[in-house]
Amino acid sequence: MRIGVGLPTSTPPLGARHRGPELLAWASRAEAGPFTSLGVTDRLVYDCTDPLVALAAAAAVTSRVRLVTMVAIGPIRPAALLASQAASLDALSGGRLTLGVSLGARPDDYDAAGASWRGRGKQLSDELAAMREIWEGTSVGPRPARPGGPDVLVGGGSGAAFLRAARLADGYVHGGGPPRAFASAADRARAAWADAGRPGEPQLWGQSYFSLVDPEAGAAYMRHYYAFTGPFAERVAAGLLDSPKAVREQVSGYAEAGCDELVLLPATSDPSELDRLADVLA
Amino acid sequence: MRVGICGGGPAGLFLAVLLRRAGHDVMLRERNPPGVTYGWGVVFSDESLADLRDADYETYLEIDRALVRWSSIDVHYAGELIRSTGHGFAAIARTTLLRLLAERAVAMGAGVVFSSEVPEADPLEPFAGCDLVVAADGVRSVLRSAHAGALRTSFSPTASKYVWFGADFALPVFTFIFTPTPHGLFQVHSYPYDAHRSTFIVECSEAAWRSAGLDTMSEADSLAFCQDLFAPHLGEHRLLSNESVWRTFVTVRNRSWHCPVGSGDQDLVLVGDAAHTAHFSIGSGTRLALDDSIALAKAFVATPGDRAAALAAYEGERQPIVERFQEVATDSARYFESVSRYIGFAPEPFAFNLLTRSGRIGHNNLTARDPVLVNRVDRRFHGDPAGRIVVPPPLLTPLRLSAACELPNRVVIASPTLDAAVDGLISGGHGAALNAAAATGAGLVVTEEVSPSEHGRVTTGSPGLWCDDHTEAWAKVAAAVHETGARLALRLTDAGRRGATLPRGRGLDRALPAGGWTLWAPAPLAYSPRSRRPEPIPARGREIVLAAHVQAATRAAEAGVDVLLLDMSDGYLLASFLSPLSNPDDDERSAFPLQVLGAVRSAWPADRPLAVRLVADDRVPGGLTPTDGVTLARRLAGAGAGLIDVTAGHTVPDSAAEYRRLFNAGLADRIRNEAGVAVIAGGHITRLDEVNTLLAAGRADLCRLDPSAYRRGAPL
Repeated sequence: MRIGVGLPTSTPPLGARHRGPELLAWASRAEAGPFTSLGVTDRLVYDCTDPLVALAAAAAVTSRVRLVTMVAIGPIRPAALLASQAASLDALSGGRLTLGVSLGARPDDYDAAGASWRGRGKQLSDELAAMREIWEGTSVGPRPARPGGPDVLVGGGSGAAFLRAARLADGYVHGGGPPRAFASAADRARAAWADAGRPGEPQLWGQSYFSLVDPEAGAAYMRHYYAFTGPFAERVAAGLLDSPKAVREQVSGYAEAGCDELVLLPATSDPSELDRLADVLA
Repeated sequence: MRVGICGGGPAGLFLAVLLRRAGHDVMLRERNPPGVTYGWGVVFSDESLADLRDADYETYLEIDRALVRWSSIDVHYAGELIRSTGHGFAAIARTTLLRLLAERAVAMGAGVVFSSEVPEADPLEPFAGCDLVVAADGVRSVLRSAHAGALRTSFSPTASKYVWFGADFALPVFTFIFTPTPHGLFQVHSYPYDAHRSTFIVECSEAAWRSAGLDTMSEADSLAFCQDLFAPHLGEHRLLSNESVWRTFVTVRNRSWHCPVGSGDQDLVLVGDAAHTAHFSIGSGTRLALDDSIALAKAFVATPGDRAAALAAYEGERQPIVERFQEVATDSARYFESVSRYIGFAPEPFAFNLLTRSGRIGHNNLTARDPVLVNRVDRRFHGDPAGRIVVPPPLLTPLRLSAACELPNRVVIASPTLDAAVDGLISGGHGAALNAAAATGAGLVVTEEVSPSEHGRVTTGSPGLWCDDHTEAWAKVAAAVHETGARLALRLTDAGRRGATLPRGRGLDRALPAGGWTLWAPAPLAYSPRSRRPEPIPARGREIVLAAHVQAATRAAEAGVDVLLLDMSDGYLLASFLSPLSNPDDDERSAFPLQVLGAVRSAWPADRPLAVRLVADDRVPGGLTPTDGVTLARRLAGAGAGLIDVTAGHTVPDSAAEYRRLFNAGLADRIRNEAGVAVIAGGHITRLDEVNTLLAAGRADLCRLDPSAYRRGAPL
């Protein structure tokens, strides 16, 4: 199993202007470490650096790591625009983009983008098909680095999400949780893939939040970030990997469940988090 | 912490004990006076007793003294008694359990107030000043109802009717009784709970309940009806009533198990039946209730002083476990809802099917519990050879499909989709893939979609069978597969409106950007928004399609294919005729598919089996339902299909399943046992033990295995 690390694009201190140098330093440090990818989350109505812009900045100071959205909210962006941005980032980074997309969980993001919350499932399915057509065609946007465009992952926990991944993407990205939750979702992704008659096997990606330096600040960030889920915020925060033992158990649990790549997302912006994580994984 | 508990059932009382142990201030209010309760006995499994022992040894010892224990299950069916051993259970009178728990709670210093109803207008009022308010007030919880919005409570009723009686004698062990009547099937779930009494639950379908007139009978008359119905089993003994009225079981779920209440400085938390119910046929209500209390008390020990963290930990620990129990219970409830379809079974498979109904126990596990019964089941499956004890497990039992075709075993494997043919001609890669599938040891290997004509292909890489080169290539494949001992099924597919697409490596239903060909379908409806719109198939088109199928069948026979699998699934041409979603204006939707089947049957050698891959459920409102699937399967069997490969979905793109293990196996079971045809079950079957279980239980004749779990080397 490969292990990636997240970029701190929405962790305190809030205010994106503080993030430039820190983000670039973080990306460079990750490039040197044992990590195979840099992941970013996506949220519009929040102090969150845009995922594709953040990855473009990271692309400028890296040359090895994959760049992955985990995950971008698809339907709040017009398909042609997202396809063009993704193709641009893929081309500029030498084919390092993996584009994770899902529906997101917050109507406010849709309202702010002027997108329709109703019908978002069908919208995402059509967007996936449209993007692939654009990447294979010659009329919209630049040519992606690889023929046919970047690998696409679909997130979500419903049967519809697993079917969408099987029909229209290259794999599935899980939303986080203990290894048994990932194992169950991975099994459902495989089942949908086989049922749809799709050749090969789905790529399976996982994600988990960690904070080894300041777990209390990390948990506070998660409570804030997930406040929109009401009482579930506390449960999400309880899943924070806050010790070397928790990280190791999560890594071995995910590997056992057949995860291809686990991206560990930072819950604080402290640059020493990366060093601590690298030590634990060494 | 000051804790107020509403409800003096097992969950509330045991929580009072445990929180007092941890030094909290506990007050409990119960609506009824002491000693008054409804219901008879409650069941514990060995696991639940172990949980109880670990949580409070004193309570465990008291309860342990009052338990009745047994380790067998009796099944009375078709005039026979089948006893299965190795199932460790125990039961106790509900009144005794409550008395012991109440005494212990009081001894620990909890304030227990009986005969204290909470006011419906303000159920929190008696709990003013409590930091934590616990809703332990059962399935009709008043506290939960007052906060149903925040907790997101949902209710799912089951279809059956049931009534909870007592009986004035102790049954020897847990006992199921199945009694057919002119009104329908009645079944009993019963067990002893002390030396002189048993719980005796009677269940039937709503139709049987109405037909028997139970819907209008008094409590006394319904008791007399059941007394009479089960007289052969009751003898001199009497059924007892205690508010024993017929009910519909309702599964309660809560998205959230706690929420802030009052002025925001109190928390409400749910335990036991207030939080969740699971169908009584898995006997888990008391266990789940006690385990809730154990987990909640433990969470407050683990994070003292942090109520929010403790409640999150409690919910995080319990919710996934309870959801799993509810899934199992739902499967068990479904079994009893549809058990009348198994009434023709021999006693051994009937009992095996009953014991494995919920998915918790399979062939392996039941063998560990009761090797003798499973050997009887396996022998019966193998045709009961006289004197034989040593028989192969069900999956290694051959199946004769026709005079010329016997499968060496019951496992089917589909060759992976390659989409790599050139003008329909398969290459060495296909041969290798099919050989690899045969090398798994499966008895039947199924090809990917093979088109009867150039314009019936799914993708530009779909294999075909419309010219001599194709026949020769398939003959080589068939010969190679036969060398492994396996048989070859050719899946004959005209893609219809899902045709003319790009190979599926990067996704499905991606219309060819250039080139391509005319698509035929019963109606001019595109498969997806980006699919090419098909033309309504003209009369001449039907003739062309029919002739192509007949010719392909002749070629397949010539090539040495063993089983022809005619494709009426996945939204392809023949399936699109069957479904109202893709064929909305046709009154005889199955006419053309049946015509093709008939023509193919005539062309295909009479001694070789013809199978149909059938969409038996569209999984979309307005589409084919499982009931339609049963009707279709009957018609297809009547027209010469000897085997139905049961599938669902894909008539339209948005037709997702939940994709849990065995997700299509229930549908295959229904088709097999209601339409009376042999079936292949599929739907993420990944374990050989699952195959043995489905076969021995009479839910399938063949199973399509997804071998990925074994290939990956994942933990089994």
